[in-house]
Amino acid sequence: MTRPAHPPLRPRLSLGLRFARRPMLATGLCILGAFVLMAVFAPVVAPYDPILQNGDITLLPPSLAHPFGTDNFGRDLLSRVIWGARIDLQIAVIGVVFPFLIGTVAGTVAGFFGGWVDASLMRLIDVVLAFPFLVLMLSIITILGPGLGSFYIAMALVGWVSYARLIRAQILVLKTQDFAVAAQSLGFSRLRIMFRHLLPNALAGSLVFVMSDAVLVLLNGASISYLGLGVQPPLAEWGVMVFEGQGFLNQAWWITLFPGLAIVVLAFGFSLTGDALADLLGVKE
Amino acid sequence: MHRYRFVLFRPLQLVPVLFGISVITFLLVRLIPGDPARILLGTRATPSALANIRTQYGLDEPVWLQYFYFLKNLGAGEMGRSTLYKVDVLKLITTRIEPTLALVGMGVFLALLIAVPFAALSARRQGSLVDHAVRLVSTAGLGFPSFWLGAMLIIFFAVRLEWLPVSGYGETFREKLSHLILPGLTIALSLSAVLTRTLRAAMIAGLASDVATAARARGMPESRVFWRHVVPNALVPTVNLLAVNIGWLIGGTVVVESVFAIAGLGQLMVRGIFTRDYMVVQGVTMTFALATVLINFAADIITVTLDPRIKL
Repeated sequence: MTRPAHPPLRPRLSLGLRFARRPMLATGLCILGAFVLMAVFAPVVAPYDPILQNGDITLLPPSLAHPFGTDNFGRDLLSRVIWGARIDLQIAVIGVVFPFLIGTVAGTVAGFFGGWVDASLMRLIDVVLAFPFLVLMLSIITILGPGLGSFYIAMALVGWVSYARLIRAQILVLKTQDFAVAAQSLGFSRLRIMFRHLLPNALAGSLVFVMSDAVLVLLNGASISYLGLGVQPPLAEWGVMVFEGQGFLNQAWWITLFPGLAIVVLAFGFSLTGDALADLLGVKE
Repeated sequence: MHRYRFVLFRPLQLVPVLFGISVITFLLVRLIPGDPARILLGTRATPSALANIRTQYGLDEPVWLQYFYFLKNLGAGEMGRSTLYKVDVLKLITTRIEPTLALVGMGVFLALLIAVPFAALSARRQGSLVDHAVRLVSTAGLGFPSFWLGAMLIIFFAVRLEWLPVSGYGETFREKLSHLILPGLTIALSLSAVLTRTLRAAMIAGLASDVATAARARGMPESRVFWRHVVPNALVPTVNLLAVNIGWLIGGTVVVESVFAIAGLGQLMVRGIFTRDYMVVQGVTMTFALATVLINFAADIITVTLDPRIKL
């Protein structure tokens, strides 16, 4: 597609209309917004206590009183799925933020300085990438012991490489451009050129990647919790809930179905937002 | 044959990566707080066994010397003894590798079987309702957790319809095949979401390429243009994509083996973490890393063979 060199001026559209023109972005953001609201207002929205056990109502199929049914401890699954949004959103956000920060700084420094700094960082990235992602995370969790804290540390230690590579590639191109050379000849400090001039122009690709990375982090966090090495029961986390349903596949499918669906829908929200952002910012996959 | 010269030189480039892998797997066990001899042998080890492992791995020596001992033992084919199974880890790995390989193979095979037709359908009718549906489903498919998908397949095909076994691996070839279908499908459905997106893009580029235009100009029917010229060219980036995703695929088998109780490497590793069988965790981690490196190397060779224009 070719665009005219000077797009015609258009009157500023209302927010609603601008969203209506981008259904993917609107749907994605609505899904994400709904989950954030659900997480924030979990105590108000959830009809029952997510952890309190009740021996009288175990393994009830979905009904009006319990739309998602109850589990083997008589806990209301809808309430557990709602409370789970708190932990799983936290996993997706914290699990992305630290790799993003570490990777961005490392990639900027490596791309800007080049030479042995760049070469040694690239070799380190090669080694980290030689390990299967989940396997390396499991190894780190072996050292640190199971738990959500270990998951976040492992995520930061492994996940930064993608961001570092993305940013480095951008910086390598940007640092030879006129505005960067101009900033240098004006005598600005290296720190200022790196983080005030180059980095803001290099971020678009990473911001799109953040969304698809959030999907991966969410799946990883839930997988590790499913394996019993992340979030520990009785906390309501969707991966843990799927694991708890595993023993009842032949009599209570609803224990497994609903928490998994929550993951699928939230991940879909991230994916749609990411695709729409890529479109909006003109980033190629 | 000069195209294949990299087969000789690329292994040299792998040396730093292999060195890095060995350092990280070595550190894996040394970084666990506590007495390394006790960590390796468990809490009920006899004093003489503790003394033996201290000399074998040089645990009283400085760290760089310990790393040397680690390499020396590795060279002799000793990855250390499993505290749970009481055998050498290498032996344990060789008996557990088959189910994992079979699972990856089945997953890739089924994924191609799903992804190629859907990508073709989507690419040939770009912008149609079918195209939009395929793109939407493959976008959603990226977010399907494999442990959940596996459980759903069990509920439907094994519990409801009773077509396929719930879990396990079996003894004979037929048994193994029937046990592999559901776990293979679990991996394939996630993988095909990724494959379909890339294949579709490659096919659309292929349909607009000079090769396709030239074939049409010769009067070749459109379907023949597609299957003879566009699809083979679209498979080259797919081989690369599979290689890039092999680490992710291996991670997938670790989870899927746990869902379906398949006694492969992934299950061995997870169980090793729970039982503090650190030598096992170390050995499996190293095996997976080596497999990843080797498969990427193999993918380079395949890519060059498939597409004479590519030089490495």
